[in-house]
Amino acid sequence: MSIVLIAEQILNGLQFGVMLFLMAAGLTLIFGVMGLINLAHGSLYMIGAFAAAAVASFTGSFILALIGALTAAAIAGAMVELLVIRRLYSKDHLDQVLATFALILIFSEGTRWVFGSFPLFLDIPRYLSGSVELPGSIQYPRYRLVLIAAGLLIAAGLGLLITKTRLGIQIRAGENDREMIAALGVDISRLYTLVFALGSALAGLAGALVGAIQSVQVGMGEPVLILAFVVIVIGGIGSIKGALIGALLVGMTDTLGDIFLVELLKLFTDPSTATSIGSSIASMAIYLLMGAVLVWRPSGLFGASP
Amino acid sequence: MPEAVLSTRGLTKYFGAVVASENISLELKLGEIHAIIGPNGAGKSTLISQICGNIRPDLGSVFLKGADITKTSVRFRSRAGLARSFQISALAMEDTVLQNVVLGALGASGQPWRFFNSVMSDAHLKGTALSALESVGLTSVAHKRAFELSHGQRRQLEIAIALTLKPKAFMMDEPMAGLGAEGSSRMTRFLNGLREKAPILLVEHDMDAVFALADRISVLVYGKIIASGSVSEIRKDQRVREAYLGDYC
Amino acid sequence: MINEKYFNSVIVLLLLLVPAWATASDEPFTITLITRAVVFSLAAVGLNIALGLGGLVSLGHAVFFGLGGYAMGILAFHAQTYSALFEWPFLIEGTKSMPLIWLVALIFCSIAASLIGFLSLRTSGVYFIMITLAFGQMFYFFSISWPKYGGEDGLSIYVRNGFPGLNTLIPLHYYGLCLVMLFLALWFSARLKKSPFGLALNAARQSPERVETVGLNGKRLKLIAFVISGAITGLAGALFADLNRFVSPTMFSWQTSGEIMIFVIIGGVGRLFGPVTGALVFVSLEHFLGGINDYWHVYLGLFLLGIVLLGKGGLVGILCGKEKINA
Repeated sequence: MSIVLIAEQILNGLQFGVMLFLMAAGLTLIFGVMGLINLAHGSLYMIGAFAAAAVASFTGSFILALIGALTAAAIAGAMVELLVIRRLYSKDHLDQVLATFALILIFSEGTRWVFGSFPLFLDIPRYLSGSVELPGSIQYPRYRLVLIAAGLLIAAGLGLLITKTRLGIQIRAGENDREMIAALGVDISRLYTLVFALGSALAGLAGALVGAIQSVQVGMGEPVLILAFVVIVIGGIGSIKGALIGALLVGMTDTLGDIFLVELLKLFTDPSTATSIGSSIASMAIYLLMGAVLVWRPSGLFGASP
Repeated sequence: MPEAVLSTRGLTKYFGAVVASENISLELKLGEIHAIIGPNGAGKSTLISQICGNIRPDLGSVFLKGADITKTSVRFRSRAGLARSFQISALAMEDTVLQNVVLGALGASGQPWRFFNSVMSDAHLKGTALSALESVGLTSVAHKRAFELSHGQRRQLEIAIALTLKPKAFMMDEPMAGLGAEGSSRMTRFLNGLREKAPILLVEHDMDAVFALADRISVLVYGKIIASGSVSEIRKDQRVREAYLGDYC
Repeated sequence: MINEKYFNSVIVLLLLLVPAWATASDEPFTITLITRAVVFSLAAVGLNIALGLGGLVSLGHAVFFGLGGYAMGILAFHAQTYSALFEWPFLIEGTKSMPLIWLVALIFCSIAASLIGFLSLRTSGVYFIMITLAFGQMFYFFSISWPKYGGEDGLSIYVRNGFPGLNTLIPLHYYGLCLVMLFLALWFSARLKKSPFGLALNAARQSPERVETVGLNGKRLKLIAFVISGAITGLAGALFADLNRFVSPTMFSWQTSGEIMIFVIIGGVGRLFGPVTGALVFVSLEHFLGGINDYWHVYLGLFLLGIVLLGKGGLVGILCGKEKINA
């Protein structure tokens, strides 16, 4: 196992982690402010990816595709919030789970209806393709580096938004005390729609960015959604900082778990058994991580204890 | 002088830098009602929670009938005879009044691990429950659901549940809250009779009720007992007047 | 409002008459379809004990459904290949006997439910939902990446396993067997609901402080409910695998957990016949809507949304009103 390989895997883990963060940030905001479990968050990721693929094929511009993804997901999010989600805030978690599961069905089949069952492809623009040589003669795809940078920038921006702006103050107030923000004269229903649209836009952007390195297809959102849930549960539901740390932990565990476990097992058993057992365990690694964190701290790393 | 049924010795609890209870020692004797009064945020509920086991004190001990129960669970204390009624009623609201009391009898029996026989046709449990309901005067509403009851009736139901556990002491957190004038006076009469069954540690804001019921009053201000004595002693106490009662007397 | 007893009787009659009609008019596919509904009902009756009585929103019941399925798959696989499961420390061979397979399924699901329940019940609320979901995913990915029993492709069994005195290859016989198991589970959960345990569990769901202040251990009550619930869903998994003569990681997937939950909620959470009603409606929708339109999931989604937003407690709640007091 060479240093180069490890460095590459670390970068892959970082890239995966920051993309998970974009998903998890929205989920955790929505839960923190509105107390809503949104299973349909993965659908917004998918909508972002499809919108990007559609815009890119019309205009040929990657930037326009990203803007399209952001806009489409934000609009879809705001519409869903206005039509359905706001009726769920007062209901219990069970109803929220079921209703947002229903939304997944509607969005997935609806998208299949419009775009068909075949995957679409979103190309990386030429100026972002190819690879870059990093110190230590590591060749690494330029696009993935851009993803890491973009993800970290957005994380920083979100941090500023939450701590420094008026909207951020309202969001934090909403997390702590719903009556208080009403007393402060904030239009709660507008704030909720705004937060939901913001979360949706982040998910849509993540979908578009990742869509360029994977295929764009119906059902692409759900695996990421579940990982994003794992992230926010590890980080503590409602905490943006927790979401970032959780996302990086999950990203790293997922990419590094495989090679390290296999190498570790090779010390004890023959290579083929090591590979098969190692990858079986590695496929569960993040869930084991989550289980361990919850046993240790039942409300996540940065969650408020109940 | 009768031995204390319940006592605390030096209970101290900090929440961060805030002291919620500071060196609280008090006693509850057979047949008496001992009222705890104090302004909002004085730490009355924190005190009750420490006695009942929801919060563990940082220092000090709680004794029930001479036995140290400081480190035991809520469940253990309930079985040992510490009965609690909550500030906000904690009842199975969807269940009937009778079912709620049968639950108490079931808890007292310590045998919930029966999966086949019908609990409501268990003669022993039902008998215990019905006699508890009768002693609080709720027999006529036995088949209503708990959420259909008035505030006062819910308090009485909580007490009926507690009675099935053969309590040695009652902890009551604001039983008069939300009752209205007539309800309060009815509850006052009820509690007055209840002290025969077991002594009551009463946290209450309603001063008329406190003065009518209490054998002893302790005044809690900022987590500290600043005075303790009979009703007339407390009424006269200058510090209490300044700190709390103001022009009430 | 329909009296709930009459409503339940209609469902029972339906379960008895539809296969009779299908046999008379020689429609074996209908029997397979309603067998599927009955097996789903059984899985949902299991979940309803945790969800309806205990208030435990488990999004991981696919674990038990899948474990039951794989108990059947693995035992039958070894029986049909005449290979031992393992030879050390003692010899264990496969089997084609349903009662034995069910026993194994029940044991493994109880063990798994004890462990998962013990860890998950440290949390509550959303965390509970998520941690059960995560356990489901753990089993799902493990089954995919474990090549010995088919990995992603799953395991096929050539001949349906046997039950003494029945020819399980005849659809009606197998249906009868599944129906008896469903009725047994319904009878059991009806008794459970009225039992001392049921009363205490029901109270633990509504007010955790209340059960603690009468000296009962609310967490332990919920854990036992979770184990009973998981075992019943596991039995359904074994029956489902035998119905299809096939097991695959899909049985462990979170969509499976979601579907089992959907059956319970469409029908009515906590209602005795809620899970059965939900499963019957779901399988009918899947069959009839799926036959008309490829995109039937859109309609299913709208239907589910309607049920939730109406907030009447599922179909049983809409048709029969609130539950009568069982005293």
